[in-house]
Amino acid sequence: MEWLLEEILAKYNYWISITIMLIGFYAMIAKDNLIKKLVGLSIFQTAIFLFFISLADIGPIPRGTAPIVSEAMMHKGYVYVNPLPHVLILTAIVVSVATLAVALALVIRMYEEYGTIEETEIIEEERELGV
Amino acid sequence: MLSVEHLPVLIVVISLLSAFTIFIAGWLNKRFCWFISFATILVQLVMAVFILHHVLTVGTIHYWLGGWSPPWGIEYVVDALNAYVLVILLFLALICVTYSKRSIAHELPYKIVPFYTVYQLLVTGLCGVTVTGDIFNMYVFIEIFSLSAYALIASRGKIALKASFTYLVLGSIGACFFLLGIGFLYSVTGTLNMHDLSLLLPPLYGNKIVLTAFGFFTVGLSIKMALFPLHTWLPDAHSFAPSEISAMLSGIIIEVSTYAFIRVCFSVYTLNFIKLLPIFDILCWIAALGIIIGSVLAIAQYNLKRMLAYSSVSQMGYIMLAVGLSTSTHHALWGGLNPALMHILNHALMKGCLFLVAGAFIYKADLWNITDFTGLGRKMPYTCAAFVLAAISMIGVPPTVGFVSKLYIILASLEAGKFIFVAVMLLSSLLNLVYFWRVIEMLYMRREEGEEHSSSSKNEIPLSMLIPVLTLASLCIIVGVLWLTEIPIPILDQVNALFGLGRYATP
Amino acid sequence: MIEESIRPLLAILCPAIGSILIVLFRKRPNIRESWTMLAGIAQFLIIFSMVPLIIEGAIIKCTFFTAFPGVDFGFSVDAFGLIFAITSTFLWILVSSYSIGYMRSLKEHAQTRYYFCFAWAIFGAVGVALSGNLLTMFVFYEILTVSTYPLVAHDQTPEALFAGRKYLAYLLTAGVFFLAAVVFTYHFAGTTDFVTGGIPNLASEASRTALMALFALFLLGFMKAAWMPFHSWLPTAMVAPTPVSALLHAVAVVKAGVFGIVRVVCYIYGVDLMHELGLGLALACLATFTIIVANLFALAQDNLKRRLAYSTINQLSLIIFGVALLSPEGIEGAMMHIPFHGFMKITLFMCAGAIMVASGKKNISEMAGIGKKMPVTMITFSIGALGMCALPPTAGFVTHHLFVGGCEEAGGTMSFFPYILLIAAILDVMYFFPIIYTAFFEKSEGSSGSKSKIKEAPLFMLVPIAITATVSVIFFFYPDLFHISELVETAVSSLGGVHP
Repeated sequence: MEWLLEEILAKYNYWISITIMLIGFYAMIAKDNLIKKLVGLSIFQTAIFLFFISLADIGPIPRGTAPIVSEAMMHKGYVYVNPLPHVLILTAIVVSVATLAVALALVIRMYEEYGTIEETEIIEEERELGV
Repeated sequence: MLSVEHLPVLIVVISLLSAFTIFIAGWLNKRFCWFISFATILVQLVMAVFILHHVLTVGTIHYWLGGWSPPWGIEYVVDALNAYVLVILLFLALICVTYSKRSIAHELPYKIVPFYTVYQLLVTGLCGVTVTGDIFNMYVFIEIFSLSAYALIASRGKIALKASFTYLVLGSIGACFFLLGIGFLYSVTGTLNMHDLSLLLPPLYGNKIVLTAFGFFTVGLSIKMALFPLHTWLPDAHSFAPSEISAMLSGIIIEVSTYAFIRVCFSVYTLNFIKLLPIFDILCWIAALGIIIGSVLAIAQYNLKRMLAYSSVSQMGYIMLAVGLSTSTHHALWGGLNPALMHILNHALMKGCLFLVAGAFIYKADLWNITDFTGLGRKMPYTCAAFVLAAISMIGVPPTVGFVSKLYIILASLEAGKFIFVAVMLLSSLLNLVYFWRVIEMLYMRREEGEEHSSSSKNEIPLSMLIPVLTLASLCIIVGVLWLTEIPIPILDQVNALFGLGRYATP
Repeated sequence: MIEESIRPLLAILCPAIGSILIVLFRKRPNIRESWTMLAGIAQFLIIFSMVPLIIEGAIIKCTFFTAFPGVDFGFSVDAFGLIFAITSTFLWILVSSYSIGYMRSLKEHAQTRYYFCFAWAIFGAVGVALSGNLLTMFVFYEILTVSTYPLVAHDQTPEALFAGRKYLAYLLTAGVFFLAAVVFTYHFAGTTDFVTGGIPNLASEASRTALMALFALFLLGFMKAAWMPFHSWLPTAMVAPTPVSALLHAVAVVKAGVFGIVRVVCYIYGVDLMHELGLGLALACLATFTIIVANLFALAQDNLKRRLAYSTINQLSLIIFGVALLSPEGIEGAMMHIPFHGFMKITLFMCAGAIMVASGKKNISEMAGIGKKMPVTMITFSIGALGMCALPPTAGFVTHHLFVGGCEEAGGTMSFFPYILLIAAILDVMYFFPIIYTAFFEKSEGSSGSKSKIKEAPLFMLVPIAITATVSVIFFFYPDLFHISELVETAVSSLGGVHP
C-alpha cells in the first residue's frame, strides 16, 4: 500500500490532472446535452493547462517566485519559476476559448434550427427529415 | 532582394494578413474577397515552389522567429518533406479557391466574406503546421486550421452543424492529447524545439513518460487524420461541408495531420525509438483493417459525398500502411516513406477531383444521391469524364496515380515480407471498383425512364469550376506517368535521407 | 540483334490520335468514320513495315523510361507479338467498315462513344501485343478491359448493364491477379522482361511451390482467355453489338488473354522450366477440359452469337492446349491459330451480325431457309464453320495438323490428346453443320409473306465478310500471307529446345 501512495505522491500533479481530465471526458461521452458536453470539454482542457502550470515549479519544496529577475533577489537565494509553461498555456487558453466560442456558436445555431440542444433529439429530428 | 530564407515565415504571415484584409475589403465590396484570396494563395504557391527548389538544391532552410536562437525561440525549419507537402497543399488550395468562386456565390451567397476569411485562415493553419519546427507552435497551427475547418463545415447550416459539432468535440480531444504529449515531453526535456527534442530524447527512450507521450501523439493525431477506428467524425463532416471544403478536408487536411504524425515519429522521436517497439507493425494492421472496412462501408452508401468520405477513410489506410512499412523497406524506389508521400499527393489529386465533381452535381442540379445521376454523362460530359478519370484512378487502372500508389505499396509490403498486405491492397482495389463503377454506370449507362432522346441538351458547369476539375483529372494521369518515370523520386529520396530511411537506413 | 525505333510508338499512337479526331468530328458521321478507317490503315501499315526486320531475327525496341530497376516501360517487338498486332490491326480496318454498315442500318445510339472506345480497345490490344515486359503489358491489358466496357454495355438495357458489370467484375478481378503475378515475378526474378526461353534466374530464385502458385496467379490473371470455369463473362458479353463481339470477343480481348498465356509459358517460364514443373500437362488438361465442355455447352445454344461464343471458348483453349504441349510444332500451331482463328471466327460473327441486320433474327431455329435469301453471307458462314471444324480447305485444318504433330512430338501422355481433339472436332461438326443445314435446306415457315423483306446486308458489311472468308481459305493454301508462317517460324526457332 505504501509504494502505491509513494507512487501517487511522487507524481501527484500527473495524477490530479489525469483525474480531472477523465471527469471532463466522462461528461463529453455521457451527457446528452450539448452544452454539458462543452463543459466537459472545458474541464478536459483545463486539466491539461493545470498540468502544464504544475510543470513550471515542481520540486520537493515548491517556492519559486514570479520570474522577475533582479540582482537583489538572486542574492537572497530566491528561485523563480520557469515562465515558459505559463506562456504556453496563455496561448493554449486562447485556443480553447476560441474553440469554445465556435462550439457555442454552433450550439446556438443548432438550437435555432432544431429547437433543442439534446443530442438524441437532434438526431431523431434529422432522421425524420430523412437524412 | 528577398532571400529564400525568409519565405517560410512569409507564407504564413501573408496568409494571415490576407485573411484580415479579406474581412475588411469584404465590407467595401464582396467581389474583392475572392480576388484577394486567389492572389494570396497564388503568391504562396509560387513561394512554396521556390522553397522546394531551394531545399532540393541548397538544403534545409532554418528561420528563427524574431532572431531568437532555437532552443528558446520558435524556429521554422523547411526540409524536403515540408516543402513537398507545402506545394501540394497550396496547389490544392488554389484549385479549390478557383472552383469556389462560382460555387460559393451560388451556395452561400450571404456568407461570401466570412467564407473567404475563414478559408484563408484554414490555409494559414495548414501552412503553419507544415513549416514549423517547434512542436508547440505546431499544436497552435493544428488548432487554427481545425477551428477554421469546423466553421467552414458548419457553413451550410442544418445538418452540417451537427456534423461540425461532432468533429469539433473529437478534434478538440485529439488536439488536447497532442498538447498533453507535448507537456510530457517538456516535463522530461524542458524544450519544445523538434530538433532539440530529437537530440535530448534518445537517452530517455525507455522512460515511461516518453512512451506515454508517444501514445498521446499517436492517438491525438489519429483522430485528426481519421485513422480507423477513430474516423467516426469524418463521413458526416466531409459529406455536409461545401464541396470545395470537402475536397480540402479529404485531399489535404487529413494529409497534413499525417504529415504531423510523420514529423513526430521521425523528427521528434527518431528511427531508433520506432524500432524499439512494434508500433509500426500494429499501425500496419490497423491501417489494413481501415482499408477494408472503409471500402466496405463506402459500398453501403447512397450519397455520393458520403461514399467518397468513407473512401477517404480507406485511402488514409493506404497512407498509414505505407508509413507503417517505411521502417522495414530499404529499396531506393519503394523503400522508406516514398509510397506514403507519393500517396499523399496522389490522394490529394484524386479525392480533390472527385469531391469537386460531386460539388458540380450539387451546383447544377442539387443531386446528392447516386441513384439520381442517370444520364448526367450526356448533360455534363466534361465533368463526368473527369469523374471517370479520377474514379478509375481510385480503382487503380494503369497508368493513373492510383495504380502507381498501389504498385509501390504492394512492392513495399513484398519487400517487408508481409504478403497479407499485398492481398489487402488487391482486395481493396476490387472493392473500390464496386463502389466507383456503380456511379460510372449511373452516369453513362442507365437509360432515363420516360425520356429517350430529348435529354441531349448540355448543361455544363461554368468554366471557372470546370477548369479546376479538369486540371485535377488530367493530373491524375500525368502525375501517374511522371511517377512511373521516376522523375519526382529524388524529392522523396531526400526525405528518406533526412530520416535515415529506405536506402539510407543503417542495417 | 536489337533495333531502336519509334515505329511501335507510332503504331500505338494511331488509334489514340484517331480517337481524339473521332470525338472532334462527332457532329459529322462521315468524316468521323473515315478517321477510324484512316487510323486503322495507318496503324496496319506501320505494323506491317516492321515485318522484314523481324523476320531477319531482329527485335525492335522502343523504351520510354525505366519504371523500376530492371523494368523498362516500353515496347519490344518480336515475331510473336507482331503476329497478334498484325491480326488485330488488319481486322480493325475490316470491322470498322463493317461497323459503319451495322451501326447505321440499326440506327444505333451513341455512335461516337462506340468508335471512340473501339479505337482505345485497339490501342490496348496492340499495346499488349507490342509490350516488352509484363508491367507494360499489364498497363495495356487494363486499358483494354476498361475501354471495352462501354462497348459491352452499349445497349444500356438492364441486360446489357448486367453483362457489362459481369464483364468488368471478371476481368478487373483478373487484372488484380495479373498484377499480383507481375509483382511476384519481379520480386523473384528482379525483372519482368520477356526473354525467349524464359527468365533465366526465375527457377533459381523461387521454390517449386512458389513457381506453381505463381503460374496459377498468371492463369487467373488471364481470365480473358475464358478458360473454364471462368468463362461465363464471354457468353454474357454477347449482348454487345455484333462488330464488338466480332473484333473484341473473337480477336482483341480474348486473344490478349491467350497471348498472355503463351507469353508467360514461352517467355517468362520458358519451355524447359514448364517441363520441369510438369505444368505443361496440367495446362493441357485444363485446356482439353475446357474444349470438351465448351463444345457441349455450345450444342445447347439456340442464340447464334452465344453458340459462337462457346465455340470461341473452345478454340481459345485449343491455343492454350497447343502451347501446353511444349513442343515446337505445338507452339507453332498455337501461335498460328491466333491469326487463323481470328479470321475465321470474325467471319462467323460478322455473318451473324449481317443476318441480324438483314432479318432481325438472332436464333438459329428461326433461320430456316435464310441461305437462299442471303447466299453470300451463308456461304462465307459455311467457310468459317468448316474452319472451326478443322476441315480443309480452311486455315483451321493447317493448325490442327500442327497440333496433332505437336502431340506426337511431345510424346508420353501427350500422344493421347489427339483423340480428344478428334472428339472436339466431331462436336464442332455437330453444332455447326445443323446451322448450315437449317439455313440452306430447311423451308422457312410462312415464307411467302416475309420473302420480299429479307435481302443481303449492305455492301459495307458484305465486303469485309468476303475478305475475311477469302483470307481464311487462302491461309490453307498459302499460310505465309501477311508473312504469318515466316513470323511463327522465327518466333518458334528462337525458343529452342525440342523435348522428347
